[in-house]
Amino acid sequence: MGEKLLMKGNEVIAEAAIRAGCRFYFGYPITPQTEVMHYMAKRMPEVGGTFVQAESEIAAINMVYGAASAGGRVMTTSSSPGISLMQEGISYAACAELPLVMVNIVRCGPGLGGILPAQCDYFQSVKGGGHGDYKMVVLAPCSVQELYELTVEAFNISDRYRIITMILGDGILGQMMEAVEFRDVENIQNVEKPWAVTGTGMKREHNVITSIYIDPEVLEAHNRKLQEKYRLIEENEVRVEEYNCENADVIVVAFGTVARIVKNVIKTAEKEGIKVGLIRPVTLWPFPVKTFEKYATVPKAFLTVEMNAGQMLEDVKLAVNGKNKVDFLGRMGGMVPTQKEILDKIKELIW
Amino acid sequence: MAQHEILIAGFGGQGILSAGRILAYAGMLENKNVSWLPSYGPEMRGGTANCNVIISDEPIGSPILNSATVLIVMNSPSLEKFESYVTEGGMIITDKSLVTRSPLRKDVDVYEIPATQLASEMGNPTYACIILLGKFIAITGAVSKGSFEEALRKVLPEKYHKLIPEEMKALEVGMEYEKA
Repeated sequence: MGEKLLMKGNEVIAEAAIRAGCRFYFGYPITPQTEVMHYMAKRMPEVGGTFVQAESEIAAINMVYGAASAGGRVMTTSSSPGISLMQEGISYAACAELPLVMVNIVRCGPGLGGILPAQCDYFQSVKGGGHGDYKMVVLAPCSVQELYELTVEAFNISDRYRIITMILGDGILGQMMEAVEFRDVENIQNVEKPWAVTGTGMKREHNVITSIYIDPEVLEAHNRKLQEKYRLIEENEVRVEEYNCENADVIVVAFGTVARIVKNVIKTAEKEGIKVGLIRPVTLWPFPVKTFEKYATVPKAFLTVEMNAGQMLEDVKLAVNGKNKVDFLGRMGGMVPTQKEILDKIKELIW
Repeated sequence: MAQHEILIAGFGGQGILSAGRILAYAGMLENKNVSWLPSYGPEMRGGTANCNVIISDEPIGSPILNSATVLIVMNSPSLEKFESYVTEGGMIITDKSLVTRSPLRKDVDVYEIPATQLASEMGNPTYACIILLGKFIAITGAVSKGSFEEALRKVLPEKYHKLIPEEMKALEVGMEYEKA
């Protein structure tokens, strides 16, 4: 057990990465995640790692591609418009099966938008913001402690499956301070990477990292292999918090910061005799479909609450699969749903 | 169950974010659940700053305050903006040197302290926020004086540790101000 520290979410992401063995960081500053870079700039040299402030997000993601190809534990962090710029590189890395960790501390969009909290990049993260049939594992922490745990886990998942893992957070999570305990990272899995381009030493065939497959049969076979991997991840890597769901009148579905607001609502509702449950997907992909199958007919309705126009809502509807009503409450533009408006909506659903 | 929801607001440069952070740290040292959320939005660019601090015996749900048990204000615009946030029976502590009017609320306890003036007399106007926190701590006992001192040691870089006795004196000035 380590000492409890009071730290900013963004700084904890960086420290977690270092403790998880990340030794390469490439990025370009953008609010509200710039503290990750600040911290990395100071910390990376202390552990003998490489920190580069790239000339753009496009350069950064391609540096990440290079470091991952050589077998390094590597991370980049950005915020919405910066992540958009990286999409080509993300798709290439997905095809080349490169393990890497990305963080998106989301701004409210579209466009240059604003810097206040939002969850409007759900589709971009979960459905593939870049081109082609690919998936990234997407983790949605809701506290500073969880930022630590899940950042460490992101590196493990990436290495285990040779896949991109993204941490999706918002400005509140990045900017807030909470107590964090850096429990010892026992589960650093320094996975052997026999596929990495590390030089043959004249002892083996060349390893090739590529995302170009001209022959359609070869490319289809590669795609099938990717899909098989994605099915395996769907089987093994789902993470979800179920809270108070048994016999709930309404089950609210929310991720990240919004789930915390919902927890306050649950307490208030209880005092008024209303039982509210919460399903908090921790992995946005793979989505916790089985949890919804389990509770599909339990509540009078599901209510998805998001800081966007209704994105996870589509996955909730697919998972509930017509067995129950799924309603939605969303705020946009950096507005955060209040406890009162969530509770009012819940009451509207049961009366 | 005690939960202190503290909103500190004023201009950038008054030490509001730092003071909030020290308060949160002190709460953490007493094994309470704490959160600290700064304003980081566009309003900061206009020169105002505020932070939300929660100190609670229970796990903290949302770190965002839609209401507050305590409002500490260090400029007039912040009083205009946040006076209505304070819950009934809560308290408003103003820096009377800078906030030009008195709070209008009748259902909360109001403490008006010329904190910037008192801090200037001590030789450092940036202690004003600590003076105001002193009043809050004296009334609520949200954290102990000892924890606050320990938090200063944890939060301040070593080279500023020589200021800690002064900061503690500022805290005491606030704690003792117009004590009934």
